[in-house]
Amino acid sequence: MATTEEIREQLAEIVNDVAGVAVEDVQLDKSFTEDLDVDSLSMVEIIYACEDKFSVSIPDDDAKNLRTVGDAVAYIERAQA
Amino acid sequence: MTAPLTIRTGPAGSRIAGVGSFLPRRIVTNEEMCTMIDSSDEWIQQRTGIIERRWASDDEPLSYMVAEASRRAIEHAKVDTDDIDAVIVASVTHLKATPALAPILAAELGLKDPAAYDISAACAGFCYALAQADALIRAGSAKSVLIVGAERLSDLTDKTDRSTAFLFADGAGAAVVVGSDTPGVGPVVWGSDGTQADVITQTEDFRDAVPAGRMPTLYMDGKPVFRWATTFIADAAKDILKQTGIEPEQLDVFIPHQANNRITDSMLRHLKLPEHVVVARSITHIGNTSASTIPIAMDELLTSGEAKSGQTALIIGFGAGLVYAGQVVVLP
Repeated sequence: MATTEEIREQLAEIVNDVAGVAVEDVQLDKSFTEDLDVDSLSMVEIIYACEDKFSVSIPDDDAKNLRTVGDAVAYIERAQA
Repeated sequence: MTAPLTIRTGPAGSRIAGVGSFLPRRIVTNEEMCTMIDSSDEWIQQRTGIIERRWASDDEPLSYMVAEASRRAIEHAKVDTDDIDAVIVASVTHLKATPALAPILAAELGLKDPAAYDISAACAGFCYALAQADALIRAGSAKSVLIVGAERLSDLTDKTDRSTAFLFADGAGAAVVVGSDTPGVGPVVWGSDGTQADVITQTEDFRDAVPAGRMPTLYMDGKPVFRWATTFIADAAKDILKQTGIEPEQLDVFIPHQANNRITDSMLRHLKLPEHVVVARSITHIGNTSASTIPIAMDELLTSGEAKSGQTALIIGFGAGLVYAGQVVVLP
């Protein structure tokens, strides 16, 4: 089972790949849109990359509630449990 | 006893002998777009890459646009019009269901008795038409085929819809496909998923709209389309290379349907194409012209010198249906 930090690190790599955000900036308290400047199209890409990477399903209705990096990590942890 | 039938066969392969394109004269800038929708130049550019697009005027009907693009393609192909014995027009905006546009185009060009028909495969239309032209030639059913992708999407665009108005535009692109013992058109990879027919669709039937005094418009649910294009279609693009026996390093040019620069960016990340590959970005000044984006982009890259005759290009179209098709081609 991946730890919170491991999930955050892998998510950070995805966010870096899709939106060019520095890996070290992708911290749990950061908002995707406000702090990391990730727009809605990049968010779509990040969500499906997470689905592939973590073998989880993130429906659109849930995806729109993932405001911060911490929200996404917690969702992935719950979905994997 | 059943009488034996004589059948025809054609050359081993086909190739594109020439491409041509036509853009309407009227340029619609993002600034002008923003007089119709609540948006901004920065937002449109950031989300799509589009800076400006062309909308056809009343004196530039689809029949005129296809003829202009075709004349240029024929001139570039240096073929005798007498040798063109099939014409395929791909469009979703020939708003007169019968007759098809292809025979009208053939007559306008003075072609003698060619097979002529239209196909409806949305933004994949050009690649569908190319697959047909290649098959017709190799089967001996045609010697040279004129294929055209052409749209006046502005006729079906809701100019006040802030999610689509700035995307859709008008243009035409044509190619002449001829027989070739050395194949210049690779195997098509194509398919469809009608379970997602509702994500890009005309809002209503003409029978319902017109008596009510309006035109139907094009609706698109951007998110599932974006997801489909950047995952399934990116995989299809990989499959095209595989089926053609081409390694990414051997590719010179990538011409995806110009739907959105962000889709192109994502496909590039997925495909991991080498840096030397020239990537079509004509959406910046033509917008999304559906079936015509690929031949227009091909013509522009060849004209500017960014791409050269004899180079290997991956082309892939995808759109409403959902349908997609793509091939590796040798540039004319």
